[in-house]
Amino acid sequence: MSTTERLLTDEVRESIQALFPRYPTRQAVTLPALHLVHEQFGYVPPQAVVEIAELLELAPAQVQDTLSFYGFFKQDKPVGRTRVWVCRSIACSARGGEELLEHLCARLGIRPGETTPDGRVTLEFAECLGACDFAPAMLANETLHKNLTKEKIDELIDSWK
Amino acid sequence: MAHYEPVLLANIHKKDSHTLAVYEAGGGYRALRRVLKEMNPQDVVNLVRSSNLRGRGGAGFPTGLKWTFLPEGHPGPVYFCVNADESEPGTIVNRVQMEFDPHQVLEGTILSCYATGAATAYVYLRYEYPLCYRRMQAAIDECYQAGYLGKNILNSDFSLEMTIHRGAAAYVCGEETGLIESLEGKRAWPRIKPPFPAVEGLFRKPTVVNNVETMACVTHIAGRGADWFKSMGTPPEPGNPRDPGSYGPKLFGLSGHLNRPGVYEAPLGITCRQLIEEFGGGVWHGRRAKAVVPGGLSTGLLTEAELDTPMDFSGPGKVGCLGLGTGCVVVLDETYSMIDFLLNSCRFFAHESCGQCTPCREGTHWALQMLRRIKAGRGRLKDLDLLLEIGDSIGIIPGTTICGLADGAAWPIKNAINKFRNEFEDHIIQTNPDGYMVTEPVEALEDPQQRDWPAVRQPVSA
Ligand SMILES: Cc1cc2nc3c(=O)[nH]c(=O)nc-3n(C[C@H](O)[C@H](O)[C@H](O)COP(=O)(O)O)c2cc1C
Ligand code: SF4
Ligand code: FES
Repeated sequence: MSTTERLLTDEVRESIQALFPRYPTRQAVTLPALHLVHEQFGYVPPQAVVEIAELLELAPAQVQDTLSFYGFFKQDKPVGRTRVWVCRSIACSARGGEELLEHLCARLGIRPGETTPDGRVTLEFAECLGACDFAPAMLANETLHKNLTKEKIDELIDSWK
Repeated sequence: MAHYEPVLLANIHKKDSHTLAVYEAGGGYRALRRVLKEMNPQDVVNLVRSSNLRGRGGAGFPTGLKWTFLPEGHPGPVYFCVNADESEPGTIVNRVQMEFDPHQVLEGTILSCYATGAATAYVYLRYEYPLCYRRMQAAIDECYQAGYLGKNILNSDFSLEMTIHRGAAAYVCGEETGLIESLEGKRAWPRIKPPFPAVEGLFRKPTVVNNVETMACVTHIAGRGADWFKSMGTPPEPGNPRDPGSYGPKLFGLSGHLNRPGVYEAPLGITCRQLIEEFGGGVWHGRRAKAVVPGGLSTGLLTEAELDTPMDFSGPGKVGCLGLGTGCVVVLDETYSMIDFLLNSCRFFAHESCGQCTPCREGTHWALQMLRRIKAGRGRLKDLDLLLEIGDSIGIIPGTTICGLADGAAWPIKNAINKFRNEFEDHIIQTNPDGYMVTEPVEALEDPQQRDWPAVRQPVSA
């Protein structure tokens, strides 16, 4: 195999390979591998798809097929340093969640699915985050923010570096 | 209601309730120790069968019976999947279990794997539960260290490997065969059944898929016995030999326009009104409920007059809902618009349809288009009948789709329009008195994909 411009670091490759014993097929490692790459690069560029496929002994199209099914994975450019998921499902919507999403759109100047030009924030809508008891709720990277108000959101926006 | 001492939630208020030390101090893993010493796998299957435990994931299928569908004498391997995808809107109970008492779920899972002969278990966990992921992974690590997982568990000849598999934000991965396809590394397209997973599931091997809360129930059935489990809940309907009844404790999630949203525990059969009043602290701002989702969005709506419906496996179905579902209640107060409710519901299912079956893909999409038009003041009265026609014709109940997502899309449509038709008619007549409707090509132009939010381009502040 040519060694030209490998994208995946040895570290990522090794963490993908470390999962092989946990599954009877390599294809089953597709989602975990996509997550590992997405965590590392903020997206899964086409070159990474090719390299994942090679590791999993699949055709790149098989990995691409799976990837494209899940809206979670980005391919064009990395997500912002903070990826925000604002819930728009029924319990949050009924307590003002959609107004908060609009507020975030207005404050950040982007629409759901987009990233601020400075790469700070990617805004997404989410379907039910399973936090309806704290509606309206949103997830910012790994942190769940509960019982949101516009004021709380304004504070959070300033804290996202 | 008489005082009820929680079992499933007994631990969660303790400090560090998620750790092995606290779980063991409360008697945790004693049931597993005893079972591995005293019972063979078939005894455990029989025990769970005799408890009449029904799956807590939505469909209420009897758990012990499901296990007996595994082919007898199969050379293996048998796979076990814990369904921790919890994505049904309104549903929050598995999250609380995994965050605050992961070992209770794991003990039941280990027992269930022992019963079914599975040597490999996967916990399919939705990606948007990062804290659950950390707590469950830490708990699994503790189990390996303590000898509750791995080779020769507690020096028996039973071995079990367990892996958490994280999803990627798709509701359909909760459907058991969608889950299986997703775990195999493919798009989560639900499979045509039969074959059922018990016969041919994950990696084409016999597979059991059970919900997180079902696992916690197994823990307590093993610890306290089937009679204890059957000492609460609703017994089978007399004269219906096929009704297994609704026994045992249940977790109920409460959200929406309530004073005290949260996760609470009660025996199956408590009424929806009791849940709202006694646990939820009543409807907020002193208002009345207009409509209540009884068990996750798919199950449809109860009216205020139907709130005395018992929350057991047969209750909500008797008043036209899809079923008990996940037992997670969303309360909508008297000021909330049913048009907004249905628009929200249709948007969810159109977004989450996997697109495999034409009736589901097109039906959910066109229902959403119609709801958007009605909301925008261009609805016609006959749209309501058209919506009902969609609702009646998509799903596995009418027999037109592969999985139950479409039934879940249909029920809110049917319940909202049948139970609140006046509100829809009033809205249409008031907003569009002359029945004007743009031609369809114009509608398509006016309705670009993402018209749910304003087209903001410039930052309002820097
Ligand atoms: C669209 C759809 C989504 C589902 N989502 C879940 C889910 O998130 N969690 C779950 O346990 N069951 C879910 N189910 C039900 C599962 O297919 C399956 O019946 C259940 O996991 C079986 O577990 P149980 O018998 O312990 O309830 C879903 C079903 C459908 C049709
Ligand atoms: S019913 Fe809908 S979600 Fe289920 S398999 Fe068919 S298209 Fe997919
Ligand atoms: S509806 Fe928003 S978290 Fe459930």
